[in-house]
Amino acid sequence: MITLHWVYALTGAVFAAFALLGVTDRRLANAAFWALLALSMWAGDALGDVGNGVLVLGLVGLGAFGRMGRGGSEVPAAERQDRAARFGNRLFAIALIIPAVALIGTFLFKQAPGWFDGKQATLIALALGVLVALAAGCALLRAGPLVPLQQGRRLMDSVGWAAILPQMLASLGAVFALAGVGDAVGLLVRQTIPQGSLLGAVAAYGVGMALFTMVMGNAFAAFPVMTAAIGVPLLIRAYGGDPAIVCAVGMLAGFCGTLLTPMAANFNLVPAALLELKDRHGVIRRQVGTAIPLLVVNILLIYWLAFP
Amino acid sequence: MWVLLGIAAIVAGFLLRFHPLLVILVSAAVTGVAAGLDPVAILAALGRAFNDARYVSIIWIVLPVVGLLEANGLQERARGLIGRMRGATVGRFLIFYLLVRQGLAAVGLTSIAGHAQTVRPLVAPIAEAAAEAQGGALDEADREEIRAWAAATDNIGLFFGEDIFLAIGSILLIKGLLEQYGIMLEPLQLSVWAIPTAIAALVIHGFRLWRLDRRLKRRGAGP
Repeated sequence: MITLHWVYALTGAVFAAFALLGVTDRRLANAAFWALLALSMWAGDALGDVGNGVLVLGLVGLGAFGRMGRGGSEVPAAERQDRAARFGNRLFAIALIIPAVALIGTFLFKQAPGWFDGKQATLIALALGVLVALAAGCALLRAGPLVPLQQGRRLMDSVGWAAILPQMLASLGAVFALAGVGDAVGLLVRQTIPQGSLLGAVAAYGVGMALFTMVMGNAFAAFPVMTAAIGVPLLIRAYGGDPAIVCAVGMLAGFCGTLLTPMAANFNLVPAALLELKDRHGVIRRQVGTAIPLLVVNILLIYWLAFP
Repeated sequence: MWVLLGIAAIVAGFLLRFHPLLVILVSAAVTGVAAGLDPVAILAALGRAFNDARYVSIIWIVLPVVGLLEANGLQERARGLIGRMRGATVGRFLIFYLLVRQGLAAVGLTSIAGHAQTVRPLVAPIAEAAAEAQGGALDEADREEIRAWAAATDNIGLFFGEDIFLAIGSILLIKGLLEQYGIMLEPLQLSVWAIPTAIAALVIHGFRLWRLDRRLKRRGAGP
């Protein structure tokens, strides 16, 4: 059966290729960083928890002190202009192969449960889409197999150590959970709620969801804490609110917090690196004007709809 | 209460702009020590979670495709195409993308679009090209702002579309948590309540994109 582990093996191979290309032009810190990620993809399950912890220390050390730079060279603009004229809309067609295969695969793979792990259908289909797009791209654009790897490495180096921020923050979340940070925050929040005001309690729930999501980088981590501290005892039990509305909209109040925090690295910092923005917080800045009004809307929706 | 020191460490670290990877490591150490965990247990917790979260890094395998297409003029082609389309503006294009992204996420197709899959190769270059057609020559800061708008629009479309889908993680989390309190709900009862916020997100972000268009238009018409 094709499972996520096949996709990890492929991802490891891509990182290993980036590492080898880094060695060839003596970007050794970059090469070591991508090699450690290849090791994690290939052998992560065999390393054990402490082994993986040491791997994390190695990645952090290289990322923070290793002077990672940018390798590879860009194709000159005039050359790209010529090729754009030559290849035309073929370029878009190849770009659309990945989402198209991911879409079709998601449906088809679920029909063949013996062959594919249905729960991971989209990620497996995404990986397949990449392989199809690479094959089509090399054939239609008459490029050798090294070209995509070299150009991919150039982009990967421009993202640099930020590539592992999402995984690092997930790890921090695990330590927070182990240490009982959520309980401590819940205790703190309960002390700040104004007595006897329904709107005050709803606002504390919504704002609390957003703020704690900003701290944790993830509404999933904030939701159980806020719901245990305010949602269930106060809004649902004491004031008789509709639990479906309180919780569904409360979760979305948390998502407003996700738009505002560097802790949600894969949504906010990684695209800034990927799009080569000088301002690391450039994406967050564009999201503030939507997130804050939307948080107010969510609080009012709970207040109006959940308490008839 | 001492475990909250870890949160203080991470907030201070980000504000003072220390290296984010070091800030995370220090925060994990402070939190773990404050909770009385021994260093090896902290390291093991970090390692286990890092290994369990590997799936988020799968997305980097699309970079060779993106790199190949960019080397062959994908962004230049996007510019050529938009330049010929009359009435194409950044705002209209991004509102269209927002609708598509929300719609796809609402039927559970969250990973077929995203920053690496669609924003960097398609959405950002098309948005930049449209802005250029509207507002004349852009400097580097303007270009970065337009690219940031493209990424922000992708996030907002994803976040405020996905909860309409029944089987998304957050809906299942809500259902599971409420069961612990003896409240039984079906996923559909929860996911319908994601619709009002989805509409509000479309209206608010759409309005901001419309204003972006007006700003670029004023500039294009200026001196």
